[in-house]
Amino acid sequence: MRVALYVTCLVDGLAPAVGKATVRLLRRLGCRVEVPAGQTCCGQLHINTGYPAAALPLIRNQVAAFVGYDAVVLPSGSCAGSVRHQHAALADRAGDAELAAAARELAGRTYELSEFLVDVLGRVDVGAYYPHRVTYHPTCHSLRLLEVGDRPLRLLRAVAGLELLELPAAETCCGFGGTFAVKNAAVSTAMLADKMRAVQQTGAEVCTAGDASCLLHLGGGLARLRAGVRTVHLAEILASTA
Amino acid sequence: MTFLGMPTGSGNLSGDRPFPELAEAALADSQLRGNLARATGTIRARRAGVVAELPDWARLRTAGAAIKDDVLANLDRYLVQLEERVTAAGGTVHWAPDAAAANEIVLGLVRQAGADEVVKVKSMATQEIGLNEALAAAGIAAWETDLAELIVQLAEDRPSHILVPAIHRNRAEIGELFRRTIAGPDLTDEPAALAEAARRHLRERFLASRVAVSGANFAVAETGTLAVVESEGNGRMCLTLPRTLITVLGIEKVLPTWRDLEVFLQLLPRSSTGERMNPYTSMWTGATEGQDFHLVLLDNGRTATLADPAGRSALRCIRCSACLNACPVYERTGGHAYGSVYPGPIGAVLSPQLTGLGADPRNASLPYASSLCGACLQVCPVAIDIPSMLVHLRERSVAAVPHRAERAGLAALAWTMAEPRRWRRVLRLARFGRLLRRLPVLPPPLSAWAASRDLPEPPAETFRDWWDREGSAG
Repeated sequence: MRVALYVTCLVDGLAPAVGKATVRLLRRLGCRVEVPAGQTCCGQLHINTGYPAAALPLIRNQVAAFVGYDAVVLPSGSCAGSVRHQHAALADRAGDAELAAAARELAGRTYELSEFLVDVLGRVDVGAYYPHRVTYHPTCHSLRLLEVGDRPLRLLRAVAGLELLELPAAETCCGFGGTFAVKNAAVSTAMLADKMRAVQQTGAEVCTAGDASCLLHLGGGLARLRAGVRTVHLAEILASTA
Repeated sequence: MTFLGMPTGSGNLSGDRPFPELAEAALADSQLRGNLARATGTIRARRAGVVAELPDWARLRTAGAAIKDDVLANLDRYLVQLEERVTAAGGTVHWAPDAAAANEIVLGLVRQAGADEVVKVKSMATQEIGLNEALAAAGIAAWETDLAELIVQLAEDRPSHILVPAIHRNRAEIGELFRRTIAGPDLTDEPAALAEAARRHLRERFLASRVAVSGANFAVAETGTLAVVESEGNGRMCLTLPRTLITVLGIEKVLPTWRDLEVFLQLLPRSSTGERMNPYTSMWTGATEGQDFHLVLLDNGRTATLADPAGRSALRCIRCSACLNACPVYERTGGHAYGSVYPGPIGAVLSPQLTGLGADPRNASLPYASSLCGACLQVCPVAIDIPSMLVHLRERSVAAVPHRAERAGLAALAWTMAEPRRWRRVLRLARFGRLLRRLPVLPPPLSAWAASRDLPEPPAETFRDWWDREGSAG
């Protein structure tokens, strides 16, 4: 299967380890992984901040970059959510029927990592080994836009050596929310404080999630507190072996 | 996008400062945060329990949304039908384009009845138009008879929740308030004692007042029937005892047929109070014998809201407040931070549409008062896609109130991203992020980030530089 990794801006620039782990994991499971050079950004930042017109060239660029791949995999529920739920509608509104059709076609073969592993590859046990106490935060867009359900938890439960600890009030937003984190920094921080308290209550060493963005926010807060809890992307755990 | 010629809404629909500033003040109140977390947590759990009981909840929700969409598409017809039926049943119908007109109509009717006080049934529409303030200015006392509204009124406070206006108060605070205003120093903080004090205070008002003012949850066009759904019985006292009854109704509250109530009388209590059925449902058609009945149909920005195809479904709202209870932002800031009488997620999409973003720029910050987590859509009984609507209203917000630096910054970013090689060169600059750590003060928006969160450790190279160097070789 010819798989394109849509690495996302944050992973590319700030968390390359997540991208490397995704490549390692997919190869281990027998995929031929490519990273199309033409990819840039999904444009969600622009759309959700109120400038959807600025995202149109990015969507055009994106549909061209991923032509011909069997599957496009993102280590992000949020960016996958934008590809699947925002792009075609935006192109429709701009009156660009051709772009809308291309965006719909791409959305049909775009997957968030846990969806790809469980639904497309049919794997729950990916042969990982990670001897740590881990708690999982379901990010909002993976949970409510993509409805990934318990796929990430099933993947984590199958990891050898991993002790999975249940996060209290897991489905409450961590407070990241893109530009919300700076436009409403005080509210974002209040939400973060409650999420960090929940993470610390579990006694986990590692808090994981499927989005580098939420983890940047959560990890930044935990580091500031010297909380002794690390944030690690789901891809990095699943890529780890003995 | 502006809709010329449409009257926009006025009244208590915007705050004096933008949301982030009001929210910051609210967050500093730890008592408030404790009260809210307890109260919303309790109602959330109760709602989840009674919603899970119904095997056809998803279909009820679809039906509710479809009925409301039909109403919105044929509002002109249903409203005229409602007017005909109410008039035929002995009531009088008045049309109010905005808050000032509605207040003027009610004031005229109260004066006509020769009254200097009115009793009120809890009503969002009259809170929206600021009726109590308008009546007070004319020397007429308006007595709120819903317990929570009474608490808010006695404290000279503002409601902070659609269903539970005093959700920001706990019973110790209420006991203190009652001892100061309507009861003696011996009153305890026991719920039964507090309710009894309110009951004694209100009973006199019910018996003395000649005029009652209410809102209504539903109005049936087919029959001309109005419906009020409540828990305390104060509503029924107001609707039946006074000689004159005035009902102020937002025009979107109309339902086509009597049978449609079946859907909404299931959706509303389960979503709202988390009950299978509310204790009191009062319905009346026109003027009851010996009573003078007036219906004031309120637009106040609703027609303008209807004109926006991507925003109009906010008018499906049945004011259940499930989205407030589910919202992690509301839970931490409370209702006052939203400025408007409509707080929470629904307020963030409804208030700016009612006032118009251009006509009242004070509401331009409301569409951003959300992390877009989607919890509101999940619980909405009429499936209003609030997250998508917030995103749409952000576009209208920056069009109405331009944010030049942000627009320029994001345009430059989009220009960079539109060309892959250009964007790769820019991403490489991330590794210089470590230099930022040496700065004593960070520039915005990094300063807002770093106030509570460490900046990430910048990597030595981007993912794609690694890929080109060795990754692709696998």
